[in-house]
Amino acid sequence: MKLHELTVHELQQKLRRGETTAAEVVESVIGRIDEVEDKTRSYITVLRDSAREEALRADEEIRQGRARPLTGIPVAVKDIICTKGVRTTCGSRILHDFIPPYDATVVERLRGAGALFIGKTNMDEFAMGSSTETSYFGVTRNPWDLERIPGGSSGGSATAVAADECIASLGSDTGGSIRQPAALCGVVGMKPTYGRVSRYGLVAFASSLDQIGPFTKDVEDCAIMMNVIAGYDPRESTSVAVAVPDYTDYLTRGIEGWTVGIPKEYFIGGIDPEVESAVRQAVAVVEGLGARCIDISLPHTDYCLAVYYVVAPSEASSNLARYDGVKYGYRSQESRELMEMYKKTRSEGFGAEVKRRIMLGTYALSSGYYDAYYKKASQVRSLIKRDFDEAFKACDAIVTPTSPTPAFKVGERTDDPLQMYLSDIFTISANLAGVPGISVPCGYTENGLPIGVQFLTSHFEEGKLLQVAHAYEKSSGVEKRRPNL
Amino acid sequence: MEYEAVIGLEVHAQLLTDSKIFCGCSTKFGAVPNANTCQICLGMPGVLPVLNRKVVEFTMKMALATNCRINAANVFARKNYFYPDLPKGYQISQYAQPAAEHGYVDVEVDGAKRRIGITRIHMEEDAGKLVHDDVQPWSYVDFNRTGVPLIEIVSEPDIRSPEEAVAYLRALHEILVKLEVCDGNMQEGSFRCDANVSIRPKGSDTFGTRTELKNMNSFRNVQRALEYEIKRQQYLVESGGQVTQETRLWDDSQGVTHSMRGKEEAHDYRYFPDPDLVPVVISEEWVEEVRKTIPELPMQTRERFVKELGIPPYDAGVLTSSPGITAYYEETARLCGKPKVAGNWVMGELLGHLNEEKKDIKESPVKPADLAELINLIEEGTISGKIAKEVFEEMYRTGKGPRQIVEEKGLVQITDEAALAKVIEEVISANPSQLKEYRSGKDKLFGYFVGQVMRATGGKANPALVNSLLKKMLAG
Repeated sequence: MKLHELTVHELQQKLRRGETTAAEVVESVIGRIDEVEDKTRSYITVLRDSAREEALRADEEIRQGRARPLTGIPVAVKDIICTKGVRTTCGSRILHDFIPPYDATVVERLRGAGALFIGKTNMDEFAMGSSTETSYFGVTRNPWDLERIPGGSSGGSATAVAADECIASLGSDTGGSIRQPAALCGVVGMKPTYGRVSRYGLVAFASSLDQIGPFTKDVEDCAIMMNVIAGYDPRESTSVAVAVPDYTDYLTRGIEGWTVGIPKEYFIGGIDPEVESAVRQAVAVVEGLGARCIDISLPHTDYCLAVYYVVAPSEASSNLARYDGVKYGYRSQESRELMEMYKKTRSEGFGAEVKRRIMLGTYALSSGYYDAYYKKASQVRSLIKRDFDEAFKACDAIVTPTSPTPAFKVGERTDDPLQMYLSDIFTISANLAGVPGISVPCGYTENGLPIGVQFLTSHFEEGKLLQVAHAYEKSSGVEKRRPNL
Repeated sequence: MEYEAVIGLEVHAQLLTDSKIFCGCSTKFGAVPNANTCQICLGMPGVLPVLNRKVVEFTMKMALATNCRINAANVFARKNYFYPDLPKGYQISQYAQPAAEHGYVDVEVDGAKRRIGITRIHMEEDAGKLVHDDVQPWSYVDFNRTGVPLIEIVSEPDIRSPEEAVAYLRALHEILVKLEVCDGNMQEGSFRCDANVSIRPKGSDTFGTRTELKNMNSFRNVQRALEYEIKRQQYLVESGGQVTQETRLWDDSQGVTHSMRGKEEAHDYRYFPDPDLVPVVISEEWVEEVRKTIPELPMQTRERFVKELGIPPYDAGVLTSSPGITAYYEETARLCGKPKVAGNWVMGELLGHLNEEKKDIKESPVKPADLAELINLIEEGTISGKIAKEVFEEMYRTGKGPRQIVEEKGLVQITDEAALAKVIEEVISANPSQLKEYRSGKDKLFGYFVGQVMRATGGKANPALVNSLLKKMLAG
């Protein structure tokens, strides 16, 4: 196997044993990027030079026996996470030249763990989308079929891992933006509990829903990444001071005696038959591991999409108000007065989907509509959360499909926002309820497209989530394939 | 028809915390533009606010001092609007669940007491400042003030005259300053006020259409602006017109208000709870802890001075006009044990000199202990009141103690009867014609003789003794 094809835990061993060096690993990854990036378009910015320099320091560290958990491991970061001195665009023209003077907390933590930064990945503009087609920097392609989308919004972070253009990556998940592209690209993707991973330095889309999480080649890597990025951050008021266990401890525990819930609302019409059958098979595997699978109900599931498309655009309309051309980023040059500058800057700087959501949110928050939309949605949201609280009284984990369909064709849904929004129908509820979720590969369609299964657990039960995901992964019998690029 | 004004005031007070409300930047006034900023108060992408607990504490103090009910859970909300001095495109403020509600302050206008209701007090962040270029058609933004903590104090529409408005403002001002939560500087904008004004026929209980007045940066301007606006509305209505709901700016130099924006242009601020901040939970214990730190308020001090020290109400007002003066006076009165005399000295000589030089009482060259000693010197008869004024001048000029000055200048009062009698004898024999006239019934000349004796003793003669001896000796 080539170095760039290895996992975090495999590379950790090789580096420590002196079987390879960080410099070699980085060269291998850069070589791979040079080889396939034209096809996937995973990256907005590739950090060849600084990654090479960091690799030299990593090798020095290893030689001195001071290796940290991620020393010498090249990781990629979604371009919505601030990196000091490195352009952070959010896939938008309005921030096309924005260079943050600070690191996001997760970036600090990765640095602190010795990781090397290989690049900033492509995404739907401001994380608004499910296909990575709305980026100002072009469309990212699914490595399994370049005619198809990789999912989104963290499409570039998913393809970078799937196409071995990095060893692991970070994305952000507001309504499924990690789990859905993970499923569509055949990798592992996790959205932690709201408050588990610091949002400081994550450019806000919908503040009450956004959460950063890892993309990895297997569940063990996911646990290793979570060990590094999880934890309380005094710079974030919604961060929660719950102790972080060593997540790798959970991996070997098995799930014998567990109760696993299958929500009936998640196996409905509209779901692709190949997806349904793969997920049903996954349920059978889980049962085979000694878990009792029971039917459960999450009665307010039908409202999730509607609630989400009130709450998220409302928060976004306010979060994106700061991009006004005054302080940083794009400013339209032809204005003679203030109002005109605002209008032109924002009209030219934002893409169609972002503008659509700003308008939706502005409307929903308007005086006279607030009670009917935002307030009502917030109330229903607490009912959705209660559904999960109730469900987790009766079961340890919930299993659902991650996405109702495998990857669709580029351009297929761009003219139909509602169809696009349905891509996240199984992932949105976890964001609304704040619970953690993970997508794990569970098979392939006849056409060779990956399918993902989603596991959910209760708040701050990432350990159990990794436990069930790992147990499933080890026994799933899903063949390990690599996309043919 | 007779009209009455209905006035409600919105006061913004900058809190005296060292750091801003949601980041660690300094709140110091007067730094070079944008020196006191960081990525958080500049609203850069991805940053998050963390609440400064001191802001909550200061707000609670003001809420308790104005008899408000503190909300156990209070929520920050975003007020959304675009302006270049507002880097996030929204101001973090409070809306549905403010810090405190349902309070009041009592004020006195022309001897009549009025209770003015306080609707709410809420916390928010200040915005920045635009600086327009004198020559070029562009503007600069200074974000130093962005994120400085403010409280907004909203009154009920209980105020009926410009005088009441000013009395209410002065009451809030002196409480804020006494609590040391705001420096009260109106020129620098740490204490600002907007007014909502309408008129209605006297006795009516419905409200007329109101206008909102802005840009009044002194108590005097508040008074003038309200007087003007009430007259303007009255003239409009009486001449058959209608008041339009709008925001009007006070123009200090012209002495008029100008329309700034109408109701149609009014903002829809799209308030919603800020998802980046969690509700502030305020426990009973915390409230009690803060309550213990609240000192006696100026209004209570005034009452105590009148009732317990026998100070006239007007004087009590002067002696409580700033926390510094109150502290100075109380210390002096305590040290000399003569509260009334001490009051006269502080109000008369001391404040007279300080005001003349525009000095704060903290800069006084005469310390309370020295002033108290001076009072004691008079009371024990060592010096006369007249000499005392001279001594005070010297104290103020040199900072020396009164006893030292009295000794150095030999100003000790002459109370030796024999010595004084000798001086009187000399005065009488030097003025034979006046003596004659006095003895023939011109009593008024008694004063002349007193003056002559005082002059001869350099003002050091004990006045009472001079009187009795003179009477005896002039009578022959």
